[in-house]
Amino acid sequence: MIWAGIIGALGIWAVGWFINTRLANGPQSSTRFVQLLVPIIFGVTLLLMWEWLVRMLEVSAVILPAPSVIGERLMQEGPRLWADFEQTVIKGAATGYIIGGIAAFGVAILADRSEFLTRGILPVGGFMAALPIVGTAPIFVKWLGSDWESKAAVVGVMVFFPILVNTVAGLRDTTVMQRDLMRTYGAGYWPTLFKLRLPAAMPFIFNGLKIATTLALIGAIVAEFFGSPTVGMGFRISTSVGQLALDMVWAEIVIAAIAGSSLYGLMAWIEGRVTFWHPSQRK
Amino acid sequence: MKSILPVLTIIGAILLLWVLAVIPMNMHLTADQAQRDGLVVSPDTPNARQEYSGFGLTLRNPALITATFVQERPRLPSPHQVAVEMWNTIVLQKISSKRSLVYHGWVTLSATLLGFGIGTSLGILLAVGIVYNRAMDMSVMPWAIASQTIPILALAPMIIVMLGSIGIQGLFPKAIISAYLSFFPVVVGMVKGLRSPDGMQLDLLRTYHASPSQGFWKLRLPASVPYLFASLKIGISASLVGAIVAELPTGARAGFGARMLVGDQYGQPLVTWAALFAAAITAAALVGLFSLLERLTLRRMGMVQA
Repeated sequence: MIWAGIIGALGIWAVGWFINTRLANGPQSSTRFVQLLVPIIFGVTLLLMWEWLVRMLEVSAVILPAPSVIGERLMQEGPRLWADFEQTVIKGAATGYIIGGIAAFGVAILADRSEFLTRGILPVGGFMAALPIVGTAPIFVKWLGSDWESKAAVVGVMVFFPILVNTVAGLRDTTVMQRDLMRTYGAGYWPTLFKLRLPAAMPFIFNGLKIATTLALIGAIVAEFFGSPTVGMGFRISTSVGQLALDMVWAEIVIAAIAGSSLYGLMAWIEGRVTFWHPSQRK
Repeated sequence: MKSILPVLTIIGAILLLWVLAVIPMNMHLTADQAQRDGLVVSPDTPNARQEYSGFGLTLRNPALITATFVQERPRLPSPHQVAVEMWNTIVLQKISSKRSLVYHGWVTLSATLLGFGIGTSLGILLAVGIVYNRAMDMSVMPWAIASQTIPILALAPMIIVMLGSIGIQGLFPKAIISAYLSFFPVVVGMVKGLRSPDGMQLDLLRTYHASPSQGFWKLRLPASVPYLFASLKIGISASLVGAIVAELPTGARAGFGARMLVGDQYGQPLVTWAALFAAAITAAALVGLFSLLERLTLRRMGMVQA
């Protein structure tokens, strides 16, 4: 049984790898279709191996549930997963993301008027962005209670520094020649800000916003480990782990992964619309 | 050197904000305490005081301001309280003591470094595979990039329990989470770095009749070093965060994460704050160490002007 399992898994791997090698080295390899197909085949191969190994080796569901079991759980628990998603992603993460983003943008615009402040903010902000800010979660839960407000606060602080540093760096990213041109047009501070410097800063700002999407989800989920109402993705993960209901944990992780990639994708899409002029966005 | 004064100004401003915030944050606590000690507080019942915000209460009881800085269990400790607590737990305790932050720091740091080592080595190996094998590149690279948008830390409690149920406990599960977090930044950075030599440089090696392995050791690998250091700096701070978070939901008894949890559960905010700042200092020291290594290495390699 064990040998059948291992040999079967190797067989699945060999088939998947054979197809991918043929596709990748074949004449069609640079078409968009193949470029999409190859990673999908790779993912499906891994899932099949996982399913096969779990079934053949009779791995206990307490250690690793099979993908099919997780999929079933995803279908069954739709309403509960949706409630968790709403609590954690929409109320906690999104609110904090918006508040932190606006605050960071505001501080960046204010600090930008002074070269002195800018020089101080860049290293300090970059340093703060590397710190384990997620550790402030217990403090915020104590201050603001266990509902979504404390999660939004943790998320706000976590996303603040990357967005701040990127915005400040972006606002510095114009050349003397460009600024002089604005001056020859007789443009004051505000027209220069809106027509030259903010548009030029947009690639930087969106870079910060994209980094912050993942941080926001991490902050909202981890903060729930410290106390939450009886709903939320972090709450569900920690209680399901306690009940050894690992299929539920995996279902939440699938949702978290989808939420993370779609938030990132949304930001990348908006970026494409806003900075269509930038070399990296030109088709 | 030019930016020292601005940096000090910003840090000073943050400290000032912190000190000012201590007063309204701790005012209700202080007022309750003062009343128990027989002082006159206005208004004179806790319920009536709840009607006021921290600011309002401060305006009505300016005499209590100094007392807000010395509360034993403050909502927001003042900077000097945190500093004293850190001094007591880092310098005055024996390193082997359970109350020493150095001891807890080492527990977290050892998991971080082990995980970081595993994650970085695997990341570099995978990056080499991706650069030399087109099928691998097309299969794995999209997933490596997509995985950076996923809140991987959410996996932490499950990985700990999963490994615990097959009998692996202690250092190793935390190291796995650290490894996982540092793995993907290294893969993405190294792939970029190994591909950074341009066509002209690759052609030059071909005119020398260099073998593929010479091409790797003498051109691609050296060219990737700046990218590697950039990834290492991201990876090490991610590893530390991973090790700390791995300690949180699992009832670990030692480590920075465990100290934060203990302070939270037993109502000792100073313990939480001291652990938080010690973790921040550790993260800063690790990133600083890699910046230093980066500067020395790149200077030795002639990649930056001395």
